[in-house]
Amino acid sequence: MTPASMDMAQLLPVFLPLVWAAILALAVFLYVLLGGYDLGLGVLFPLAPSHRDRDAMMASVAPFWDGNETWLVLGGGGLLAAFPLAYSVMLPALYIPLILMLLGLILRGVAFEFRFKSSRFRWAWDLAFAGGSTVAALMQGGTIGAFVQGFAVTDNKFSGGAFDWLTPFSAVTAVAVLSGYVLLSAGWLIMKADEALRDWAYGVARIALIAVALFIVAFSVWTPLLHPDIAARWFSPGNMVMFCPVPLLTAAAVIGLWRGIAKRQRYAPFLWGAAIFQLCYIGLAISLFPFIIPPDITIWQAAAAPDSQLFMLYGAVPLLPIILGYTAYSYYVLWEAPETDTYH
Amino acid sequence: MSELDPLLLSRIQFAFTISFHIIFPSFTIGLAAWLMVLEALWLKTGKQIYADISRHWTKIFAVSFGMGVVSGVVMSYEFGTNWSELSRLGGNVIGPLLSYEVLTAFFLEAGFLGIMLFGRERVPKWVHFFATCMVAAGTAISAFWILSANSWMQTPQGYRIAEDGVLHVTDWWQVIFNPSFPYRFTHMVAAAYLTTAFVVSGIGAWYILRDRCMPHGRIMLGMGLSLIVWLAPLQLVIGDLHGLNAREHQPAKIAAVEAHWETRRDAPLVLFAWPDVKTESNLYEIAIPDLGSLILTHEWNGEVRGLKSFPVDERPNPVIPFFSFRIMVGIGFIMIALGFTGAVLWLMGRLYTTRWFLRAMVLASPLGFIAVLAGWFVAEVGRQPWVVYGLLRTADAVSPVPGGSVAASIALFVIVYGIVFGAGVFYMGQLVRRGPGQTPPVPEEADPSRRPLAAAGAP
Repeated sequence: MTPASMDMAQLLPVFLPLVWAAILALAVFLYVLLGGYDLGLGVLFPLAPSHRDRDAMMASVAPFWDGNETWLVLGGGGLLAAFPLAYSVMLPALYIPLILMLLGLILRGVAFEFRFKSSRFRWAWDLAFAGGSTVAALMQGGTIGAFVQGFAVTDNKFSGGAFDWLTPFSAVTAVAVLSGYVLLSAGWLIMKADEALRDWAYGVARIALIAVALFIVAFSVWTPLLHPDIAARWFSPGNMVMFCPVPLLTAAAVIGLWRGIAKRQRYAPFLWGAAIFQLCYIGLAISLFPFIIPPDITIWQAAAAPDSQLFMLYGAVPLLPIILGYTAYSYYVLWEAPETDTYH
Repeated sequence: MSELDPLLLSRIQFAFTISFHIIFPSFTIGLAAWLMVLEALWLKTGKQIYADISRHWTKIFAVSFGMGVVSGVVMSYEFGTNWSELSRLGGNVIGPLLSYEVLTAFFLEAGFLGIMLFGRERVPKWVHFFATCMVAAGTAISAFWILSANSWMQTPQGYRIAEDGVLHVTDWWQVIFNPSFPYRFTHMVAAAYLTTAFVVSGIGAWYILRDRCMPHGRIMLGMGLSLIVWLAPLQLVIGDLHGLNAREHQPAKIAAVEAHWETRRDAPLVLFAWPDVKTESNLYEIAIPDLGSLILTHEWNGEVRGLKSFPVDERPNPVIPFFSFRIMVGIGFIMIALGFTGAVLWLMGRLYTTRWFLRAMVLASPLGFIAVLAGWFVAEVGRQPWVVYGLLRTADAVSPVPGGSVAASIALFVIVYGIVFGAGVFYMGQLVRRGPGQTPPVPEEADPSRRPLAAAGAP
């Protein structure tokens, strides 16, 4: 073996899990952002001022929901491929919330197709859209909370109970994520809706922002209390300086969003909302890294064989930019929500 | 262990959710390809009728595709929720295959579906055609990867087993193009095309019988039959080759399918029987002597292994494979006969006026779905007790979840899928009844200015 190939053989198992953790983090972030505004619309659906507004809300996302949801599939499939041990521990541990999430996604997904075909049962598909979106959002939030709490593992298998995931902490993360999704969807509507609906969305965004800001403060206190390791990481003197941009930028984003709402800006609220999500996400990564199953299993321990990760990387590196490209094109072409008139 | 067995329940749940799911890809793989052909014909000839038919069927496609997507997401999570040991031990192999399906197929479909459904008036014609092509390509690529993963689990190669029991890949080419993959893939894609062709031509025949949308109905029936007439016989050949391959790699499955208990060189072809596991013999058997050996081995006295030559704990229960196989093959022969009859009538110039044949085509329109389901039951029950053939038992692949959780999730899936399926079939039926090239009646309480935006709601 040449020295160079020996180096590769030693380096790949170190670097590939990092690369895949980054790719999956990107996939999950894109899902949270795109699926977030998408599900948030469903949560807001029953509260919308009028029938017309509900139609407009649904129309604004109808061409995109399938693509948005595909990031969730990549998150799941990618986890299986890149970190099979994490996948095989987490999914049984999260059996109940994940099944409920899937059922919610089914009901709200088919509502896009069924709702406009029905006049007698339109109320039922409205309910399916709103209820399914709300359940899916809550279960995703609960899942994140359960993930932060960690899972009982024995011999590489989940060894806890069916309801381990459900705690006060995960119940609060469920509501927190729901409020975050509502904030994103209010930002989405501010970009896309007509004036009357936009006015309403500014009001929603303000309330959601207050809730989100309170949740962020709460979790900044609660999460370190949950794991001493997390507290040590954030509050050791050197790290405090290194990581202080995260809370400071989060505060700046909250203020920016508040001003954006006050000044009735069109695009800033969504972008500030996305920034808040991004920063919370980075904060979470700082807390948990390098664990993929807190508090015991690291990304290196859970990683698939280097050969499997490499094989996928050959595809992911060229394909992800192409995917992002045609997704952007589709958003560009279909940005203005389609009107009935175009079809008559 | 409690009374609720998570293994049995997880198998029931997987069977239910995958059976529900496969109905929709079976239809949309062929439908997307057909829509692509219709758009190409429209671009080439400029005839409005092709645009009318393609617009109409795009709406039906949208409903079916949506149901396929939402039921497909479930599958990608069930590998973990219910079969976590399969994921842990086989993740190195099947994980990348499924991820490539997401990266090369799901995103392609989802990214261009929006343009296909909503972009007709917003992009140049060729871009819309391109989007349709990409969606069609996505459905076929998706079939490629999922069939590769499934086939690898049936006929694994290109792997090694590490000390901790985890499977590692030694050769990706061997994994992807494993021995049964070419047969399974072509068999499934041909099945999907036939399924679509029977739906399309059946509905075309229905329009002709009803004297509605006649020109559209004729094109549907004609295009459907022109595929069926050669593809149905070809499917028989592919299926036969697939059978030879299975006999080589999964002999216990073939023994179950044929209800053969003894190993013999003069194996009969069992037409009907009740395979009895307790007595290891067939009850009420009706069989043709020697024909089994000929069909299975293509030799007069080829040796056919019987179930008894396998240890009891390595045999599938033959009842479901035996009957499912006969249903599938029976439908295959009906399809060939209908294709042949249709071709003869067409040559005689009586295709569109022979009412008994048109009625037969209407009745035959759901046959493809039944055959696809029956075929998958053969493949999946016939490989038991293995989830990865010869390497990992289904019983060892199940997740550490309590039976109560799985029982509850089955109940919820049955309820939700029941509602979704019923509604989906109803709305697709409504679209079919409305017919192509028609402006739909304005719903009574429709909102005046900006009604429906879901693609299928628009004319």
